[in-house]
Amino acid sequence: MQHEVIVAGFGGQGVLLAGILLAEAALQDGKEVTWVPAYGPEMRGGTCNCTVIVSDELIASPVASEVSFLIAMNEPSLQKFGPIVRTGGTIYHDSSSGDTLLDRDDIDIGAVPAAQIAAEIGSPKVVNMVMLGALVGSSGLTTRDTLVSVMEKQLVGEKARFVPLNIQALDAGIEIARQHAKKSGK
Amino acid sequence: MTRILIKGNEAFAEAAIRAGCRHYFGYPITPQSEVMEYLARRMPEVGGVFIQAESEVAAINMVYGAAATGARSMTTTSSPGFSLMQEGISYMAGAELPAVLVNVMRGGPGVGSIQPAQSDYLQATKGGGNGDYRLLTYAPATVQEMADITMKAWDKAEKYRNPVLILVDGFIGQMMEAVEFKDEPATEPVEHTWAVGIRKEKRPLRRITSSHMDPADCERHNRHLKAKFDRIRKDEVAWEELYTEDAEVVLAAFGVVARVCRAVVERARKEGIKAGLIRPITVWPFPYRAFRQRVRTAKAFFVVEMNEGQMVEDVQMAVGYDAPVYFYGRNGGIVPQPNEVASELQKILAGGVTPREDRI
Amino acid sequence: MKIVFERPNTLTDAVTHYCPGCGHGVIHRLVAETIERLGVEDRVIAVPSIGCSGALGRYLAYDSVAGAHGRGPAIATGIKRALPDAVVFSYQGDGDLASIGAAEILHAANRGEQITVIYVNNAVYGMTGGQMAPTTLLGQVTSTSPFGREISTTGWPMRVAELLATLPGVKYSARVCVFDAANVIKAGAAIRKAFEVQLKGLGFGIVEVLSQCPTNWRMAPRVSVKWAEEHMVREYPLGEFKTPEGDSQCNTR
Repeated sequence: MQHEVIVAGFGGQGVLLAGILLAEAALQDGKEVTWVPAYGPEMRGGTCNCTVIVSDELIASPVASEVSFLIAMNEPSLQKFGPIVRTGGTIYHDSSSGDTLLDRDDIDIGAVPAAQIAAEIGSPKVVNMVMLGALVGSSGLTTRDTLVSVMEKQLVGEKARFVPLNIQALDAGIEIARQHAKKSGK
Repeated sequence: MTRILIKGNEAFAEAAIRAGCRHYFGYPITPQSEVMEYLARRMPEVGGVFIQAESEVAAINMVYGAAATGARSMTTTSSPGFSLMQEGISYMAGAELPAVLVNVMRGGPGVGSIQPAQSDYLQATKGGGNGDYRLLTYAPATVQEMADITMKAWDKAEKYRNPVLILVDGFIGQMMEAVEFKDEPATEPVEHTWAVGIRKEKRPLRRITSSHMDPADCERHNRHLKAKFDRIRKDEVAWEELYTEDAEVVLAAFGVVARVCRAVVERARKEGIKAGLIRPITVWPFPYRAFRQRVRTAKAFFVVEMNEGQMVEDVQMAVGYDAPVYFYGRNGGIVPQPNEVASELQKILAGGVTPREDRI
Repeated sequence: MKIVFERPNTLTDAVTHYCPGCGHGVIHRLVAETIERLGVEDRVIAVPSIGCSGALGRYLAYDSVAGAHGRGPAIATGIKRALPDAVVFSYQGDGDLASIGAAEILHAANRGEQITVIYVNNAVYGMTGGQMAPTTLLGQVTSTSPFGREISTTGWPMRVAELLATLPGVKYSARVCVFDAANVIKAGAAIRKAFEVQLKGLGFGIVEVLSQCPTNWRMAPRVSVKWAEEHMVREYPLGEFKTPEGDSQCNTR
């Protein structure tokens, strides 16, 4: 099986990091992975996305015309990448800034009030982890435990103190995905 | 076996360290700066030399100086920077100095864009600098291959006393994949009989130069170089083929585009289309024979590149007028998507595309 | 019989291609004498430039690495960084160093590279036939300034020794000339100091040597020396601008 994931949002939201953690976790699970950033000349504030492919076999094209999953951390990302999610695919988008319209009924669209949850947890910086949690909770691309171990490996030294906060955010996202699945009868 | 997730640019940098390279000279330019940043940290750990030069012109000449002492040295850059290095590269080829160079290509001409492209194929394979010379040029398609090729690159450079170029699109430079650094120890530093240095026991003087002011001498030198390039042509050409034996249409691409084409070919086969793929691993020397031997069976060749058609000229040269050669290119930093290549392939098979013709 | 003067061992007996009255031969000898007096001839790697001194390797018996026009200081950087025990010097003309190689000399000096630069300033491009150089004097007629060098299109004569002396990485910078015996002796002393800062690991050393180019100045050798004494020395004052002990004639850090 091969799955393609696009993580997209504003620069500075941790879009690339969320993708790297997913790729690292899938690699740790023994999968083949590619991680490809799309970057603009701006370092902060511009739009930003990355494509992660997770596969049981060698990955031919790291470029994907269609994807199975989209994590849209802002409205422009949803509009830009929503159309290339293949039929039967899944989108999680940050719904904190209000309702979103995407005219598709052939895919599963989950609203995650990620910014709101992150604020409740205590840091707007963990929006990406809430969104990643939602993906992990519904996709089976990797497991919570693998992701936690990757976080522990990546966030060391000074950054180690952020691990519990990130795990909390991840768990909140997983919970949202679970509720969403219940609601949509999956 | 440990596989680590690493960017192509960083895989190159780490492989260089493992290959025994201890001298890096470079200048920042997107999208290759990760190589510099990685080595700025890593070189001091292994007692190596890292110098950020004042320009690409200076960087390649620092490589020239270090290489003249026999040290394993390198530089990395991206398209506009590679243009600036042509002077030094020509001098290195003339003076027969080994080194490893990397061009992480971006859109051109001029500033172009900072996004991935394959716009420097002709510059890399047909010369670039002044004079009659070639560079053994690899075009890796995966991060693993980037690491593997780098591990061998100095051996090749020293074997032929010529710079080796790794020509990679910004896509592979920026992409992360799992890499296993095979633990082959770096070849022991060789005591080169040509390298300048401290003269022990009054050995004869050694002079590194590309200057041959006497016309007969200069001609002799050029013929000597030509013989060397012919050996490289014969012994180093490398490519990969997929489903070509019975292919009616043979796709051709290098670097990341070859992987896009691979996905297209796999899908076409599932749909009953007899498609195949030739992926040059060395773009100089170019695997002309790989194409030539499919001329009898293939009804068409289809070249895909991230430029307006450069390698396609080599494919035309190989195929001659015996089969049509089609071309599809994206440019300026846009990577062709599997779907658009697949739909172009459908159009070609349906007879709705005019073959590419550069031999007007 | 006691030998009181002889050709240095590392100055080869090849007949040079230099024109009658040219200063390069004397400067070559000074470099060879200095290196031998310092006893480092087996560690020397020379970096010739493009120009009249490009054939340096034929006249000085050291390992040498010749590269592109103006890039000598970058090449010397690569050599010295790879072989810190080597004694590395570049030998550059004014077209090579002050024009096309301006960036390379400035940054090698600014990095404090432990190399020595012998910079020969004869106010013209010699090998290509006497074209204007950045060092050409105002009003001086050359093949590319046929009406005399003028400021509006070509700026002013560039004073390299003073310019480089302002950089903290430079530990020795001096200007000398080879127009008479006394000055030749002074030039030898300066070249020695420029090599000594390298040998002591202090940093970058440069000696700007004013030299005559009778052929391209269209003068008889003796006239050229007189002209140089009158005009070049006025534009390019002689002296030490930086020594390891401090600055002599200019204010620097």
